[in-house]
Parts: sequence; C-alpha cells; structure tokens
Amino acid sequence: MNSVNDRTRDIGPFVPMDDDDMLICRCEEITKGEIRRAVHDGMWTLTEIRRYLRTGMGLCQGQTCSKLVKGIVARELGISPAELEPATSRVPMRPIEMKIFACEACEEKEAN
Amino acid sequence: MRRYDLIVVGAGPSGLSAAIEAAKRGLKVVVFDENEKPGGQLFKQIHKFFGSKEHRAKVRGFVIGQQLLDEADKVGVQVVLNATVIGLYQDKEVVVKIGEEVNHFKGDSIIIATGAAENMVTFKGWTLPGVIGAGAAQTMMNLHGIQPGKKILMLGSGNVGLVVSFQLMQCGCDVVALVDAAPRVGGYGVHAAKVARCGVPFYLSHTIVEAEGDEYVTGVAIAKVDDKFKFIPGTEKHFDVDTICLAVGLSPMSQLLKMAGCEMEDNPKRGGQVPICDEYGRTSIPGIFVAGDVSGIEEASSAMIEGRMAGVVAAEYLGYTDETSRDKELTELTAALDGLRQGMFAPKNRGKAIEKTEEGIDISNNLLKKGFVADDEIERFPGVTHKVGIHPVMECTQNIPCNPCQDACKKGCISIGNNITSLPIVVDGSQCINCGMCVASCSGQAIFLVDEDCGDGTATVTLPYEFLPLPEEGKKGTALGRDGKPVCAAEVVSIKTSKAFDKTNLLTIRVPKEYAMKARFIKFA
Amino acid sequence: MAERIKEHPILGVQEKGKLVSFSFDGKKVEGYEGEPIAAALKAAGLMVHRYTAKEHKPRGIFCAIGRCTDCVMVVDGVPNVRTCITPLKAGMDVKTQYGVSDKPF
Repeated sequence: MNSVNDRTRDIGPFVPMDDDDMLICRCEEITKGEIRRAVHDGMWTLTEIRRYLRTGMGLCQGQTCSKLVKGIVARELGISPAELEPATSRVPMRPIEMKIFACEACEEKEAN
Repeated sequence: MRRYDLIVVGAGPSGLSAAIEAAKRGLKVVVFDENEKPGGQLFKQIHKFFGSKEHRAKVRGFVIGQQLLDEADKVGVQVVLNATVIGLYQDKEVVVKIGEEVNHFKGDSIIIATGAAENMVTFKGWTLPGVIGAGAAQTMMNLHGIQPGKKILMLGSGNVGLVVSFQLMQCGCDVVALVDAAPRVGGYGVHAAKVARCGVPFYLSHTIVEAEGDEYVTGVAIAKVDDKFKFIPGTEKHFDVDTICLAVGLSPMSQLLKMAGCEMEDNPKRGGQVPICDEYGRTSIPGIFVAGDVSGIEEASSAMIEGRMAGVVAAEYLGYTDETSRDKELTELTAALDGLRQGMFAPKNRGKAIEKTEEGIDISNNLLKKGFVADDEIERFPGVTHKVGIHPVMECTQNIPCNPCQDACKKGCISIGNNITSLPIVVDGSQCINCGMCVASCSGQAIFLVDEDCGDGTATVTLPYEFLPLPEEGKKGTALGRDGKPVCAAEVVSIKTSKAFDKTNLLTIRVPKEYAMKARFIKFA
Repeated sequence: MAERIKEHPILGVQEKGKLVSFSFDGKKVEGYEGEPIAAALKAAGLMVHRYTAKEHKPRGIFCAIGRCTDCVMVVDGVPNVRTCITPLKAGMDVKTQYGVSDKPF
C-alpha cells in the first residue's frame, strides 16, 4: 500500500518547532505550525489539509504556497514531496467575481 | 460555443511558436493569454540570448518577442488578450474569462503553454512589503519603467537571479549582495562574472535569516548555512536594503492539464508536477499537447523549439500535414533542440557537480564559489592568450551552447568549431582588426579586446558596457578586477556605439600595463 | 525611494500614456494613464497596499503579474482589485484595504 494512504502508520507525536509561527499561506494566513498540527490531526493528503485549514483556498488559489505546504506535509509524514498527490485542480483557475462567473448563463440564453 | 482547429493557452515563446507552426499548415488557431500584453516573459528579457543563429542567439529577448508577434500576425494567428482560461475539460472544452464574461470554446486540438510560476522560500518577515519575486522586479523595471527599489539584496544564484541582478544595476539600482543557500553558483558563469565585476559580493552557502522592518523592508540579515542548510550561529551579517528579491526557481504551471485528466507525474528534474508526454509534447490525451516550461523548466530558446514541435504534431493530429513532411520537420527541430541541450547546464547534467570542461580543463572553483574567475585561474582557458597588439581575450570558461562569437569575427580570429558547447579559441596566425564585433556579440559579455603593451607603459582594455550615463572620452575612473575590487586608476580612451553592436557599447580604457589582464570594468566616482 | 527610469541603456526612453491624477486614501497622486495602479503608487513611494484580515499585517507588491493577489486594494469602491494588473485611469479612487474593506480596523 502507498505509505501516504496507510493511516495506521505511526508518524510520532507533534513536536513544536521554533518556526511554527512562520506564515505559509499568505492569503488565508495559515502558519507552518497549524499545517504540521493538522497532519497529526489526521489530515494526510493535500486535499484534506486544504479543506481543514483553507490553505490555498484564498484569493490566489494556492499560486504561492502550494509547493511550500506540500513540502511541510511531506516532511511531517516522513515521505518525499513527490509522493504526495497535489490537491485537485478546479475551475476557476484564477480569482473571478461571482457576477462574471454567472455571466455565462445570460450568454447561453441569448444564443438560444 | 465557438470552435477552433487549435486552441493555444499562453502567448509566451512556446505558445506563439506553436500557433505559428500550426497556422502555417492551415489550421484555424486562437491563442488565449491572461495578460494585457502577449509575449510571456520575453518582453522582460533585455539580455542577448545564447545559442546559435538558428536559436536566435545574440538577439535580445524582447526583440524575439516582437519577431514572434509579427510572424503570428502574418500567418493569421488570432491572439486574444486579457483572456483568462479558467477551466479545461476532458472533451477539449475551454472555459475562458474574457472581459466581464465567461466564454466556452471547443478546440479540436489544444496546446497548453502556460509556462511556470516562481517558487518561494519563507523566512521571518517574508510577507513584508519590499520582499518581491525576481519576476516582479523584471516586470517593474523592464515593462513599467520603475525601479523596484534603491538598495536590493538578491536571493538566488541561478540564471534568473544573476540576470535580474544585472538588469537591476542597468536601471540604476544598487545590488548590495547576491545570496544563495547552495554552495555553488547555479547559473552560467559568464552571467555571474558580469555581476561580480561590477562589485556585487556573492554569499554562497548563505541564506536570509530575517527581513527587517515593521511596515516594510528596511534591512535584511543573512547567515551562513551548513551542509544541512541549518544556520551557523555567529555568522550573521546585516545589510541596509529597501528591497529583497527572491529568485529561487520555477515550477511548471500545469494545473489545467491535471484538470483535463492528463496523466501527471512529479518529476523534480523537470521542476515539479508535469504532464507525462513524449518528446514532441503529446500528452496522454490524444489531441492535447504541451510545450515550454509547463512540461519542464528550461530556457526560452528551448521553449520556442518545443512550441514549434507541438504545432507540427497538432497539425498532424488533425491531418493537416503528412507523415513524410512531419518526420522531416521534427527531425530538424529535434536536432536544434539537442543543440541547446548540451554542455554543463544541460537538463541531463542537472544536479551534477562538473569538475572539468569538455576540453579537460579544471573548472574555476572561484567562479562557482564567488562568481568570478580568479587571476591565477584565467590563464588556463583557451580563449585567453597573449599577443603583441590588440587581440581578443575570451573569458569563456564553461561549456554552454553558444557560438555567436565565431561568426562575429570576419577575420576568423575566433573558433568554436562544430561542437556548439566548446570553449572558443583564438586562431593561430589570425589578425585582429579591433572592430569590436566579438565583444558586442558575446551574450555573456565575456570577451575583451586587449592591447597588453601600448609602448608607453600602458595597456588598453575594451569592454562591453551597457550602463547609463555613457562616460566621455578622457573621463577618469577606477578600474575594477574580475572580483569587482579596485585594481588601479583608469581613463576612458574611447566609446564606440554602433547599430551592429545592438546597444552594447564598447568602452576602451587605458590602464598601467601590469593591469592589462586584471582590469575588467570601470567605475566612476 | 524607487524612481521612474528616465532613460534605460537597452530600452531607451520609455513611452508612457498621459499624466493623470487620481486619489489615494483621499490624497491627490499623479501617474500615467494605462500603467498599472501599483506602478503609479510605487513611483509615488507607497509600499503598503493593504493590511491582512486576520493578523492585520502590511502587504505590498509581491509578484507584480496578478498571481499572488497581495497588492489588492479598494478601487472605486470595489475591494480585492489586483493593482499590479489594473490599468490606471484618471480620477480613480484608490484606497488602502483593511481585510476586505477600506475602513481601518
């Protein structure tokens, strides 16, 4: 079984670190300590981390922090970052106002 | 829903090249780009490119950008700007935000050429205003005409960090230090050397401890790191700066491909999450192709060739080109790409510590540790020879794919040979006529014309000079060595500018003859 | 303070749109029409574009190409406008953003 999905594996206790207050996700203002603690709370995939903490869910949609978050989670799990599946890619890839996002409806209506 | 034969996402070097090749073969092509202006990062690249003629070597990036746009226009490529692709679905449906609307398009084939995003590192204070990406610095100074700051510290000694440091100095900023946690300079030695000789100190095996300031950056502290990248206590240094520039690598921006369902892999050699694709950019989904940095971080020169390859295979996929002509074209493009993927910095050599040149000469250790070739190391390279009268001195000490110098000399003084990565040599019995074309043609600014003994106890050194203001003849200054430290007094003898030099001015300085092989830059009080 | 580059050794004299005035936090500032709002503010010496919602920390230009969204401000009453890619127009009302509003904490 892929070590990432083997939830019975013991990753040891959460050990506080000096730089736990380092901001990682600039948009949602999530720190390294919060991300590390989330792993010990059982969030072992990037998708889970994202839903649990909102890292990469802010305005920039993870443009800046996703690689940093990946590195922190991997280290906490004792695996290589390459083994971690990146979080799901979804529409919209860039910040967009809801009124514009909804604007396709009017276009489709006109066409019909 | 509008339909196109080919939809290209990204109007950078690879996307435009792909669109051009496809349109030439009769495809109806549209290119979407989220930016206000096309060209990707090309219009921020003001240095001369490396390579050979077929790779547009010695042409400046922004000029190449304009050439691509003109070509795209001529063959009928439609480029839509301020068009953000927000989604890509498996049936090749592309969702694009254009202006205040969301539009749907269907592409019979799709080329993703979204390029890369900058990596970041964290340190105390990294969110302070004044900490910026190297790309941001380039955007501000080269697109918008604004200095990113006055006193700047650069983190990262790869080609981006080196090139941007030089560009910062060109627009009048003061680069106080170049810092990298790695023990060796990551980028081309010639890029490092031109930064070092201007007086920028290199701090390898160092990284940022803290960006100082409450509201914005007012200073920075760096410290030495051990081989596990941990700070060594007591090695801290402080610099007063208003800007900290981060150039710590790029990652492919491949999210659209993942969304579309392409098979992906995490490949550190290619810079991160990349689609699994063949050598021509075919992904696991028929009809979806990739080109440029999105499939692996490389230079713009290779991105353009990859783009052309993707354009050819997209045309073939839709039946616009037959197998025979496709094979011929792809063979030529493969040869061109192979030419670029040679030498010490080739993708296959990434991460390897290379000790000797292809000629068997020891690489300058000083160049890798401090950014410049030491005086006692320079003599071992074949471009550095001594002769009576004016002659070229080529301080090209690493095997990189680049050869404009040998074509530049009409007198046949310079030879690289058929192997594009070979170090240039001075041809025996050739006669230099002091035309300066070699100095101006060297993308690495590593060629000097030296007259070691003018007969009156002085020597002259002609060096490439891309700064303003241009000094007047007779102006006195201080000659700096390769290490950027003062070596002697110097006087400007002449300044040559010419259209053929393409903005690289040739400054000839006079120094006491014992400094002929030491003086490599001039600073004015 | 960062300055405008009058003449560049490679790019020459840079062409700009016409000089217009706009408002920054109620003060009159000048910039060139069509350049990014952030460029005009940078030339005027501004570093802090906003203060964050949770920690109230200052932020400014970071990526300058519309990706990182750190430089967002309240422009003509609309919050979260990426000033690094939004062209300047005469008479714009640009305000420091606190969280998602123009009202200081």
